[in-house]
Amino acid sequence: MKIVVCVKQVPDISQSKVDPETYTIVRTGVDAVVNPFDLYAVEAALQIKDKTGAIVTAISMGPPQAEDALREVISMGVDNAVLLSSKDFAGSDTLATSYSLAKGIKQIGEADVIVTGRQAIDGDTAQVGPGIAEHLNYPVITDVNGFLEIGDSFLKTRAMTEEGYVDLSVGFPVVISVGKGIGEPRMPSLRNKTRSRKEIIPVWSPEDIDADKSLLGLKGSPTQVVKIFTPEIGGQVLFLNGEPLAQAERIVGILSERHLI
Amino acid sequence: MSLKIIQKRCVSCSLCEQVCPVKAVSMTEDGLPLIDSALCNLCGICIEKCPTGAIVRVHGTLSSQEDFDEYKGVMVIAEEEEGKIAQVSYELVSKGSELASVLKVPVTAVVFDSAQEEDLKNLSVYGADRVIVIKGEILGKPLIGPRSRALYELIRKEKPEIVLTGSTSQGRPLLSRVAVRLKTGLTADCTHLEIEMPDRHLLQTRPAWGGSIMATIMTPNTRPQMATVRPRVMRKKTPDYTKRSEISSFITSPEILTDPVQFLGVIREETSRVRLDNADIIVSGGRGIKSPENFSMIEKLALLLNGAVGSSRPPVDDGWISHSHQVGQTGRTVAPKLYVAIGISGAIQHLVGMQSSDCIVAINKDKDAPIMNVADYAIIGDLFEIVPELIKTLEKKKTG
Repeated sequence: MKIVVCVKQVPDISQSKVDPETYTIVRTGVDAVVNPFDLYAVEAALQIKDKTGAIVTAISMGPPQAEDALREVISMGVDNAVLLSSKDFAGSDTLATSYSLAKGIKQIGEADVIVTGRQAIDGDTAQVGPGIAEHLNYPVITDVNGFLEIGDSFLKTRAMTEEGYVDLSVGFPVVISVGKGIGEPRMPSLRNKTRSRKEIIPVWSPEDIDADKSLLGLKGSPTQVVKIFTPEIGGQVLFLNGEPLAQAERIVGILSERHLI
Repeated sequence: MSLKIIQKRCVSCSLCEQVCPVKAVSMTEDGLPLIDSALCNLCGICIEKCPTGAIVRVHGTLSSQEDFDEYKGVMVIAEEEEGKIAQVSYELVSKGSELASVLKVPVTAVVFDSAQEEDLKNLSVYGADRVIVIKGEILGKPLIGPRSRALYELIRKEKPEIVLTGSTSQGRPLLSRVAVRLKTGLTADCTHLEIEMPDRHLLQTRPAWGGSIMATIMTPNTRPQMATVRPRVMRKKTPDYTKRSEISSFITSPEILTDPVQFLGVIREETSRVRLDNADIIVSGGRGIKSPENFSMIEKLALLLNGAVGSSRPPVDDGWISHSHQVGQTGRTVAPKLYVAIGISGAIQHLVGMQSSDCIVAINKDKDAPIMNVADYAIIGDLFEIVPELIKTLEKKKTG
């Protein structure tokens, strides 16, 4: 049995600070980390591996240094990894990204379960997981919060919705996207850490995955960013001083006047 | 691929000429930039620097305009929650009719099987000119597979130029699948939509990085243009109770309705009386609350304000409250009208999940806590004294 887990390297938001002038997040000079949701995806893949003995392969698309993200997830217990990297992939939107990853997953070989994080924290789209499913013509379950049962050829999942949860059952193959409820990502073991340093991670180009170059990168992306700007947020904070009772009355007064309560 | 100047957006600032590293841009006598395609290496620096977004990338050759002309109208995919049409669907029908009036086309609302007659009427009251019900019992269940295949068939038949739905647990994966199948663009979680005439482009603006930057996105070369829209951002218009619309059914081919995913059931969470995503008011507690018992104080305040209960990460990690209440990077991103942060210092992972709220009140003992960077009002002091006073004041106000 085969599991493929998709991993993205993103800038580490916890190192960034709020610019006191513009109230925006300063992102320059921060390190890259594994997208936090993808750590839950790895944990989910390893939970299935624990039950079924499946082989878990991680795949990432990104610049050469995205290899670090793949080594990190190998240290958690992923068996092996492959990196899609070439300037042809650069500038991909979610259509081109999901196409590239689907092609890469096909090249790894028919996967029974494909696991992604719920969303990447930089793009925040949550579109790539279901997109991969569509390219491969697999069913998809999004926002998986936990497994009710892990079978040899099926999964019973509990997924998060706005209302609470929905329970679904599905036979393989399937794509799932997972969130935090799956459980804390496991710590690297010493053995896996050593292995992660030695593991050879192949780098695949579009030719290696038999991809149509017109469907990759900027060329293959129907959406275009035409403008980026900083929203007007923050501003001056008004401190309400006094005794607790006076503070409470003042804020209730202000909020009522603004028709917020 | 090449670069295109949108003339009416250009303010002739010549910034593009100055920043171009290969000197491919020169300003013409009319004050418009001219890009020498022999020199241009498509680095995109001018696109980034342009203050008005007047420079865009054009991919390959444009599909022939005849193809584009076939696509007409705005389509809104409605969704249900608890057996009724969700509020976000009325918001989008309202917004859709605004866009449609600029385009001079009708708005069509699409409903999956199970909607009640009353709800279908309401869709027209908020602006739908037509309502199409896609028939099939299985479509009443929250299953992405059959719904995406049925919707794909309908879009191929109807050829709308714009397709919108809510950025929800149902809407996002649904349109993700359909957009891939149609090989067109999809923009997630939009907070602003606008039509650019005469090209009939949909300008889709969305927050990225948890709201720290905004991006405006276009789908210039393919149709339909598709977007999911954040709930509670678009305003419902004044209902027009005299408006009637044509209600019709769409029957799909039966073979597309079978799916490997089986629906087992739903569990409604009791504790979240008002859910985070839909709440106008959210009261959140953080590490400063100190114990799970004290969280009942937050719940009481939320109940009084008719708001939802939120949390920063530490109370969730310590098991005081379930993670469906977590606001922030690994929880929900919210933007209510009022956000009350109690005992929350404001780690960046929390701020990105709530900083777009209209009004933020922080109650904290530390006046230098990072939460103050985004707060509108701050009450500095002991929350165990302030919150009970707040509860008393609100109770008094209620009983009047």
